[in-house]
Amino acid sequence: MSTVYVHALYDDDDKLITGAKKVRSLGYGIKEVFSPFPVHGIDKIMGLNRTRISICCFIYGVTGFSLAFWMIWYMLIHDWPVDIGGKPNYTWYHNIPSWIPVLFESTVFCSAHGMAITFLLRSWLFPGVSPKNPDPRTTDDHFLMITTAHSDQELSDLMNAANSTGAVEVKKVNG
Amino acid sequence: MHQDSIIREPLLLGKKTYHQVTEDVARPVEGKANKYWWALFFLAIIAWLWGIGCMAYTVGRGIGVWNLNRTIDWGWDITNFVWWIGIGHAGTLISAVLCLFRQRWRLTINRSAEAMTIFAVMCAAIFPVLHMGRPWLAYFVFPLPNQFGSLWVNFNSPLLWDVFAISTYFTVSIVFWYLGLIPDFAMIRDRAKTKSRKILYTLFSFGWSGRAKDWQRFEEVTLVLAGIATPLVFSVHSIVSSDFATGVVRGWHSTVYPPYFVAGAIFSGMAMVLTLVIVGRKVLDLEEYITIQHIETMNKVMLTMGSVVGIAYFAEFFQAWYSGDPNESFIYLSWNNAKGVYGWAFWSLIICNNIIPQILWLKKARRNLYITFILSIVINIGMWFERFDIIVTDLYRDYLPSDWTYYSPSWVEVGIFVGTIGMFFTFFLLFARWFPFIAQAELKTTLKSTGDLFHNPPRHPKSSDFESDGFHAEHASIETVH
Repeated sequence: MSTVYVHALYDDDDKLITGAKKVRSLGYGIKEVFSPFPVHGIDKIMGLNRTRISICCFIYGVTGFSLAFWMIWYMLIHDWPVDIGGKPNYTWYHNIPSWIPVLFESTVFCSAHGMAITFLLRSWLFPGVSPKNPDPRTTDDHFLMITTAHSDQELSDLMNAANSTGAVEVKKVNG
Repeated sequence: MHQDSIIREPLLLGKKTYHQVTEDVARPVEGKANKYWWALFFLAIIAWLWGIGCMAYTVGRGIGVWNLNRTIDWGWDITNFVWWIGIGHAGTLISAVLCLFRQRWRLTINRSAEAMTIFAVMCAAIFPVLHMGRPWLAYFVFPLPNQFGSLWVNFNSPLLWDVFAISTYFTVSIVFWYLGLIPDFAMIRDRAKTKSRKILYTLFSFGWSGRAKDWQRFEEVTLVLAGIATPLVFSVHSIVSSDFATGVVRGWHSTVYPPYFVAGAIFSGMAMVLTLVIVGRKVLDLEEYITIQHIETMNKVMLTMGSVVGIAYFAEFFQAWYSGDPNESFIYLSWNNAKGVYGWAFWSLIICNNIIPQILWLKKARRNLYITFILSIVINIGMWFERFDIIVTDLYRDYLPSDWTYYSPSWVEVGIFVGTIGMFFTFFLLFARWFPFIAQAELKTTLKSTGDLFHNPPRHPKSSDFESDGFHAEHASIETVH
């Protein structure tokens, strides 16, 4: 038997959680879940790793801070120390306190935008990308769980698991 | 999961299911605009066009067409800049600070408040650019290599900090707002009946499909962005206040300015949010989402911030008097100003910002829409006068009595201000028609912890319920799709 996907559609997030737990307790994996809002705890049940996007954010922030620090040092100290009111900017450590606002803003700028771009890239979200949710109701009030069956036994197991946890629609989709 | 106390007023009225929320949020987007919308839109466009005309006149003739003079070299222009930036702050406060504090009443107003932030910052940015006199040279404020050396920008100047702060604030606010909009656009896309709507919202929604991994990232990104935006919003108005506080002008040279400006910004921003949502909830039929409870909560925030501002006024007034410095006795909060030629501006500030808002101590007033609406406009007028007083009435009595003078705006300055109000409302009205007004995806997560579904939950099925025969045939259909 070729690979078959079981699409189990729920109309409630708690039922989805029950269904997902049941599938996992039978020893099967969950291929994908589509939901209209973040269902808390579903990622752990599916066995998804914790996202590392906040670590990326920190790295972008450090990068932004370093770039800004280098830029200000280069422009204000190294390249052209402007003499303002007889107080030339020759030393970076005397000037640092007044750099804090720009350093802070640059850190925020790079971390926020870097993280947003990373999110859009990793989740492949762009204008022009066509949506991948198989059922349009999953952005309204339905929750879709997709599981994979490789044999008739697995198929009946998964379909029973979905039916027995209150799925309103169970579909077999040939892969 | 966080749940409401039983005795607490629900944040949602009526029987709301997930689908009902979808219907209610999509209705204004899918329906047709009524005649009030068109009337307001027409008015806003006219005002905006008038403003564009005045801006073009300013650029063509130079800022000599304004009534600024040698003593009062900042006037309506910078007043309006600070006023608009301040208004923007409530949006980020609601969406970021209240997100970190897990205040769930923010969920039905954060979208419109963030939209307000973005449009307000756009209006604000017009003013310093025009004030340059040669706006085509506005790129000079960025640290770009140039033919003069390169002569770089001065990183020790608060005016440059402003450039970084406002551009960061503007772009980060847009990103925060738009990421939140993506799932809601997807909701409208998936129920679109017409082809043009389908294409438009497919583009807007970036192909969002609500995968579990995407939601996981989405939540993390939202939380981290809220964490970043919180210090950002405080930094922006602190930096704007440094434009004044680092100057050696008495009245401006004051260490209280950063917290005082931030409190004032939230005060005026909350007032603007109230003005907008009191009309919006009625016109868009969202009264069960933006309830009297929400209005009262915002009124409480406004009362708190108004009191902080009031204490700051008192401190400024007291310190100016207590210092015994003759120069200080002419600052914007002083007897000399109160009884001087700008006394009308002084008293407008005190009456609008300190006296009238005291009515908010009464619960009846906080829960009355008419009083709140009028008060929100009064406070915005008061906060405009605060900036006008800080700028003009600190300048008009200069250190040299021979420089003492008076200033009133020319029709061009008034026209530009009216134009930005038109621009703001044009964008906001378009937003209310084309964008989901409420963050419905996030709101749906709270449906079971407040309102009807929480107080009268449907019986939750257990696995054992489905063991008996006959359930499968009744509740589920099995079919094969090839």
